[in-house]
Amino acid sequence: MRDRLTLSTLGPLAALFALILLGAGLNENFLSAANVTNVLARSAFIGMIAVGMTFVITSGGLDLSVGSMAAFVAGMMILAMNALQPSLGVGLPLALAGIGVAILVGLLAGLANGLLITRAGIEPFIVTLGTMGIFRSLVTWIADGGTLSLDFSMREFIGPIYYGGILGVSWPIIAFAVVVVIGEVVMRHTRFGRYCEAIGSNDKVARYSAVKVERIQLLTYVALGLLVGFATVLYVPRLGSASGSTGLLWELEAIAAVIIGGTALKGGFGRVWGTVVGVLILSLIGNILNLANLVSPYLNGAIQGVIIVLAVVLQRRKSSAEGR
Amino acid sequence: MKRRQLFGATAALAVMAGLAGVAVAQDKTHVIGVSIPSATHGFMGGLNWHAQDTIARLEATYPQLDFVLATAGEPTKQVADIEDMVATRNIDALVVLPFESEPLTGPVKAVKDAGKFVTVVDRGLSVPGIEDLYVAGDNEAFGRVAGEYFKANLPSGAKIVVLRGIPTTLDNERVDAFEKAIDGSGIEVLDKQHGDWNRDKAFTVMQDYLSKYPKIDAVWAADDDMAIGAMAAIEQAGRKDEMWIVGGAGMKEIIKRIMDGDPQLPVNVTYPPAQISTAIELTALKYVSAAPVTGRFIIGSTLVTPENAAQFYFPDSPF
Repeated sequence: MRDRLTLSTLGPLAALFALILLGAGLNENFLSAANVTNVLARSAFIGMIAVGMTFVITSGGLDLSVGSMAAFVAGMMILAMNALQPSLGVGLPLALAGIGVAILVGLLAGLANGLLITRAGIEPFIVTLGTMGIFRSLVTWIADGGTLSLDFSMREFIGPIYYGGILGVSWPIIAFAVVVVIGEVVMRHTRFGRYCEAIGSNDKVARYSAVKVERIQLLTYVALGLLVGFATVLYVPRLGSASGSTGLLWELEAIAAVIIGGTALKGGFGRVWGTVVGVLILSLIGNILNLANLVSPYLNGAIQGVIIVLAVVLQRRKSSAEGR
Repeated sequence: MKRRQLFGATAALAVMAGLAGVAVAQDKTHVIGVSIPSATHGFMGGLNWHAQDTIARLEATYPQLDFVLATAGEPTKQVADIEDMVATRNIDALVVLPFESEPLTGPVKAVKDAGKFVTVVDRGLSVPGIEDLYVAGDNEAFGRVAGEYFKANLPSGAKIVVLRGIPTTLDNERVDAFEKAIDGSGIEVLDKQHGDWNRDKAFTVMQDYLSKYPKIDAVWAADDDMAIGAMAAIEQAGRKDEMWIVGGAGMKEIIKRIMDGDPQLPVNVTYPPAQISTAIELTALKYVSAAPVTGRFIIGSTLVTPENAAQFYFPDSPF
């Protein structure tokens, strides 16, 4: 089941190119550097999370909590930075402290999910449905139902993490690209990636083949938590705030991107670059609908829904025709 | 960080209500139930804060009043809350901000039919005449006041963009009133998309507006969370000097910047979350004074300017 350039792998790519052509035809600013940067940078959060989600889903798991987790991590990061500001002052140490807190909280949140699933043996759907509610309520509670805002001077200081860049390429895009390359290499060229696919295909056989199933699964959730942490590090500098509505429905967008990209929802086969295509497709739909007044804005959600279903249907039909 | 009372207050409320129900009920104590949506976004967060704040103050002022506060994340839960209040807490009055009009109309009518005093806040019920007292913000004025400011401060031919809220009747009323107010001024509305009263969504929509339109003179963000998202996008595009923004609802950060005379944020239009305080206070008055409190109380939407901003500034509120 290795990837070859068949129709089924080309499906999502074709859809992406069709969208790009459509966008370019509808608005001349679509391909401008500013718009391309906007779309790629805003894809970076969900994109990084979706790469982690690809591994979780490939190994037969699921994580519904990532959106709430991102909100919670963002809340903790802001809270920690505001609390440390009097002692550390505005500057690099405080920024690093905030980044450290975000990554640590993400890691621990992922670990909690992973341990509940692998050690306590509870269904991933149930565990992460539970933690989804827990993380979201915690951030609403911490924020007193309002919005947690980073101190203004500190926001100015860390703003460049989102808005800055090198050679005209902004940091979120670079970080996203690095995560994708690492993800693709791990999935295709390491034992870990192969174990994920083996467990997702048939965990019993994997276990009989001396694969440490629980440990691999735990690692996928920890890695996903870590990536949520990284994504939050990029997210917080953008607006410098977190609230109960931060990261709403990110989990579904990430899962949709993974599935559009050709990873099997029931596990056993993962495609990291496909996930990237999926994320870009979802971002572009929103972008194009904003740029061109094609339909009533009430119908934006419907258009996205149609394209998600269509992308998967095309893929499945082609792949079954090839006997996969 | 005041993460105050949440546990404390609810626990204390529960205990007090429990005690009150048994011991003091015969002692001319009046119980007022307050049912509101939970704090899912900035405005509701502010509303929750003001509700708790008002209840704490009224309970301290009037020992003969007891309050039961319940917050609900969806209409079904709110219906259950209200039924519980009537069945187990024996409330004398109900202050309710309906999550949605339709599903709450029946249950609130049942409370009224049981002889309780009913105060409805912000969103009306679908059948008129159930409530004794109606307290609400003025959505029509919210759009109109903003529109009048645009009309007075922009030349004919000026180009503006609009960020709308979550598609609802309320949002339609505001946008219709806004468009009516700028009618005939020659101001061109380039686009109006939904930002869902959400910072991230507004940021994205504003980024796309900026890619799409080379010239924008002003933005009606119609909500302060959206105004903050839009401002970040404008700053990123380096077009801060090109346009000003009018938000709405009176978030403390925005009011502060208006007080400080920020040229990017000339004015704001109020839609106060503290309207829940008005409703609770008026309902309480019925039991502690002879003042008549039935009828309709519509809270005006006022234009906040640098001159009067100080009176709309609540630094302790989360909103």
